Amino acid sequence: MTSAPPPAGQSDEGRVVLDAADIDRALTRISHEILERNKGSDDLVLLGIPTRGVHLAQRVAATLSRVEGAEVPVGSLDITMYRDDLRLRPARALMHTEVPPDGIDGRTVVLVDDVLFSGRTIRAALDAMNDLGRPAAVQLAVLVDRGHRQLPIRADFVGKNLPTSLVEQVAVRLAEHDGHDGVTIR
Amino acid sequence: MRRHLLSAGDLSRDDATLVLETAEEMRSLADRPIKKLPALRGRTVVNLFFEDSTRTRISFEAAAKRLSADVINFSAKGSSVSKGESLKDTALTLEAMGADAVVCRHWASGAPHLLAHAGWSRSSVVNAGDGTHEHPTQALLDAFTMRRHLGDLDGRRVTIVGDVLHSRVARSNALLLRTLGADVTLVAPPTLLPYGVDSWGVATSYDLDAVLPTTDVVMMLRVQRERMNAAFFPSVREYSRRYGLDARRMATLPGHAIVMHPGPMVRGMEITADVADSDRSVIVEQVTNGVAVRMAVLYLLLGGSEAAIGGGDA
Repeated sequence: MTSAPPPAGQSDEGRVVLDAADIDRALTRISHEILERNKGSDDLVLLGIPTRGVHLAQRVAATLSRVEGAEVPVGSLDITMYRDDLRLRPARALMHTEVPPDGIDGRTVVLVDDVLFSGRTIRAALDAMNDLGRPAAVQLAVLVDRGHRQLPIRADFVGKNLPTSLVEQVAVRLAEHDGHDGVTIR
Repeated sequence: MRRHLLSAGDLSRDDATLVLETAEEMRSLADRPIKKLPALRGRTVVNLFFEDSTRTRISFEAAAKRLSADVINFSAKGSSVSKGESLKDTALTLEAMGADAVVCRHWASGAPHLLAHAGWSRSSVVNAGDGTHEHPTQALLDAFTMRRHLGDLDGRRVTIVGDVLHSRVARSNALLLRTLGADVTLVAPPTLLPYGVDSWGVATSYDLDAVLPTTDVVMMLRVQRERMNAAFFPSVREYSRRYGLDARRMATLPGHAIVMHPGPMVRGMEITADVADSDRSVIVEQVTNGVAVRMAVLYLLLGGSEAAIGGGDA
């Protein structure tokens, strides 16, 4: 095997579809779309789906508060026990759920995840949220929408629509968790 | 493959850490408006109690219900067991009812092991205390409580004081705490230390006052007079003087040290009332943490297609 560096636009994880600057621009645009849609950041709550959705939610929240000058509460929502395939796979470790101190009742919740695929994660997240309170509205922001939905779910805010085949794998890497930013497909 | 939790020794360090971390998430459920998770919907958990217990049975019942399992409570009193039914026939009945897990408390050491391995049923068995043998979920909730107060248990000094001979809590704690890297010292009169304690990998002492100043956790055990058929010490008064925890002794502990008791307490014997009710005492918190830890155990044993922890069918 040779250890030549991968050609431009390639990494050892596959073809790069978004680099760090692209992710940054996409999140900035999503942040502005969220503000535009909701006419400001009042009553907004961001809930990220662990692991990477939480980091994305924190980045979006930072942009929102920079633009609007008011802090937007951020939380994380673990969906493990609400998954429809819970019984089909070995028992899994739980991730962290943290609801902002003022809760989600009557607020507009923006769910944040890295990749939207079958839609089953979001279905589970809606169920999980049901046990936490009753939001006034729920919106969905994702960094990548790769298609192939199995449920009637769509995103309100999309960083990049990425047409894929079912055999391809989309990997999102974020500096907080993986040391660098990037979205690759292979 | 179904798995069981029969002994604290069944848990590797990774398993034990997984339980404690899962319990941490379960603990946060107590602060939410809806204290319910769907993980065990449609599973049946049987609480099979052949010996009196309040906190353990209620704790397991609350844990299973918060995970949405169906709970059947079975206590030997007022059941066919009092008419002479054997453990085997009871097990076959539970099997016919489709129990996914049996939480077993028994006065005979080894009964949960028999239930798990005799081939009578297909359920996972959780030992909720058997005779003078083991009580693994108590050890897990004790470790959980210690971690919340002291952080990582590696190198922490835990002193367990009292009737070690009859204590399933002491044995399970010694096993688990060693797995988690803590240094355990058992303090008891020579008559109340079990035979073969040298092989537990723990230190022993007869002198409580000498050990307390270097202790991070002191755990007091109840003297189990119902299991005693001989005189193990001259008098209650002498026992309290030498092995009881009072305010004077508590004052010799380091500032961060905590006082634990698995309950039920006999105030005035192994622990004085002012110590039990002091700031150092985490005894009430132990009960709260018990529900979270038992939720974690039930979830990890029953939540998926395969258990994530515990011993297999050997």
